[in-house]
Amino acid sequence: MQSFVLPYTAVLSARFRMILQYRAAAIAGFVTQIGWGAIRVMAMEAFYRSTSAPQPMHLEDVVTYIWLGQALLGLLPWNPDTEIRAMVRSGTVAYELVRPVNLYTYWFSRSMAFRIAPTFMRSIPLAILALLFFGMQAPASPEALVYWLAATFGAVLLSTALTVILSITLMWTISGEGVSFLVSPVIYFLAGMVIPLPLFPDWAQRVLDILPFRGICDAPFRLYMGHIPATEAWAVLFHQLIWIIILVAFGAWLLSRATRRLVVQGG
Amino acid sequence: MPVPQILVDNIVKTFRIAQRRPGLWGALHGVLRREYRTIKALDRVSFELDPGELVGYIGPNGAGKSTTVKVLSGILVPDSGRCEIDGRIPWRNRIANAANIGVVFGQRTQLWWDLPVIESFDLLRDIYRIESVEYDRARDELAALMDLEPLYDVPVRQLSLGQRMRCDLAAALLHAPSVLFLDEPTIGLDAVSKLAVRDFIKRLNRDRGVTVVLTTHDMDDIEALCDRVMVIGHGRILSDSTLDDLRTRVTRERRLIIDLLDGGQTIEDPDVTFISRSGNRVHLQFDPDRVRTAALISRITAKYAIKDLFVENPPIEEIISRLYDEHELR
Repeated sequence: MQSFVLPYTAVLSARFRMILQYRAAAIAGFVTQIGWGAIRVMAMEAFYRSTSAPQPMHLEDVVTYIWLGQALLGLLPWNPDTEIRAMVRSGTVAYELVRPVNLYTYWFSRSMAFRIAPTFMRSIPLAILALLFFGMQAPASPEALVYWLAATFGAVLLSTALTVILSITLMWTISGEGVSFLVSPVIYFLAGMVIPLPLFPDWAQRVLDILPFRGICDAPFRLYMGHIPATEAWAVLFHQLIWIIILVAFGAWLLSRATRRLVVQGG
Repeated sequence: MPVPQILVDNIVKTFRIAQRRPGLWGALHGVLRREYRTIKALDRVSFELDPGELVGYIGPNGAGKSTTVKVLSGILVPDSGRCEIDGRIPWRNRIANAANIGVVFGQRTQLWWDLPVIESFDLLRDIYRIESVEYDRARDELAALMDLEPLYDVPVRQLSLGQRMRCDLAAALLHAPSVLFLDEPTIGLDAVSKLAVRDFIKRLNRDRGVTVVLTTHDMDDIEALCDRVMVIGHGRILSDSTLDDLRTRVTRERRLIIDLLDGGQTIEDPDVTFISRSGNRVHLQFDPDRVRTAALISRITAKYAIKDLFVENPPIEEIISRLYDEHELR
C-alpha cells in the first residue's frame, strides 16, 4: 500500500515545496485579496443599508462569508494546472507518459498541490487579519468547525477534480487561455464568489443545489457560520462525494481519450 | 535464434495536422473551415533488436525518428502494426513497459526545473518505486561515472546544457532499465560534453548490456558508438546494416589525401578526380574497384615529390547525404 501511493504523495509534496518558494507571489496575492475583500464587504454593506426587506443572510454572516472566500480563493478551479500547461506547450508532457504510474492519479496529485499550496500560504495570515480587524466571525461552534474542516477537504478534492479536467483539455487546445477565459467567470459566479449564493432567488437555488460548484465555497462556508445546521452537514458531504466521483470518472475517461489522440508538440 | 528484445513490425502512424493559410485572412478562413493535411510519420517501419545492441537511428528532420521512439515508449499509439519490447506492447502495457525502459529526449529535460538535481533524483526514486538500497547504489555509480556529485545541490534551471544532459542521462537510468532510448542526446553540447556523453553510453552498453537506440544528427556519435545503423526517411527504413556495409553500398569511393613538398604541382592521373586543395594539401578521390589502392599510390609517389599521404573513407556525413539524395529527401 505504502509503495503504491508513494509516487503520488512524493509528487504532491515536491510540488507543494516548490510552490512555497514563491513568496513574492504569495505576498502579492495576499495584498490583492485583502483589497478586493474590503471592496466586496463595502458593496454588501451598501446593499444591506439600502434595503429594508428581510434577507436570507445577516450582514455579519455575509462579511464572514466574503472573508472566508478571500482566504480560500486559491481553491477555486478557475484555470488549468500551470505546470501541466507548460509541459504540454513544450512537449515535455512526453515524459509524463513514460513514468510507471497511473497518469490520472499522478496529475490529480500534482493539481492538488497546485490548489492547496498557494492557498495554504495566503489563507492563514489573511484569516487572522480578518478575524481581528475586518469583522470576520469565529466558527459558530466546535461542531461547526469540525464539519467545516471536513467539507473543506471535500472542496479540495472537488476543486482538484475540476482542475484536472481543465488541464486535460490542454491536450486539445494547447494554450488553455480560452478555457480560463470561459471557465473562470462562470466558476466565480456559481461558487458564490461574486454574490453569496443564499442571496440568489429561489428558482436559482434549485439549480445551484444540483451543480457541483456550491460544494467548493458556499456550503463549507455556511457550515462554518452555522447557516447550514450541523445536522445537515451529511447532505453537504454527500453532495460533494457524488460530484467527486462523477468528475474523477469523467476526468479519467477524458484523459484516456486524450492520450490516444496525443500529438506531442515539437519533433 | 534468440528472441529479439524489441520487435517492430509494419508500424504505421499518421498525424492529421490542421492547415492554416498565411495572414489574417487565412486565420479567419481557418476558423470557418479547417483543412487537414495527413502526414505519414511512420510508413510500415519494421526492425528487430537483440539484447545488448547499440543501434544508431538516423534521418533528416521530420523523418520519423522521434515518432518511432515515442511509439516504443508507449507515448503514441500507432495506427497499425505490431510492436513489442520484452514481450510487452508499449501502449497497451504502458506502465509495465515504462518501468523497463529509460528515455531521454535531448531537447527537453525530465528533471524538475526549480528543484536541486538530487531532489529530482529522489523524486524519481519514489515515482519508479526503487528500493532505497538499490537506488543509492545506482545513483552513486552514475554519479561516479559522470561526475555528478558537485551538481547535486544546483537547481536544474542553473545547469549548463552539458551538465543538464549528464543529469538527464542519470535520471533515465536510476531504475536500471534494460532498454534505453536516446533521442538526440548530444544536441547542442560542446565537444567535451559530447565526448563525456558518448563515453558514458558506450560503457553502459558494453559493461551493463543495456540495449540502446540512439537517434542523432551527429555522425561522429554514430562513428564512435554504433555498429548498426538504421536510416529512416519519409517514415520508411531506407537502410539497416553495419556502418561499413552502408558505406560500401552507397559509395565505393575512397579519399586520397596528399601533402606535397612543392605546392605548385598539380597531380594528374586518369584514375583520380580532384576534389579540393588547401596550401600543400590536395584531396583526391578514386574508386578502389577500378584501380588497386597500392598500385595507385606507387604510381603517384613515383611521379610527384610527396611529403605525406593517406587514404580515407569519405566522411559519414557525405554517405548519409548521398543516401538522402538517392531517396529525394531534400
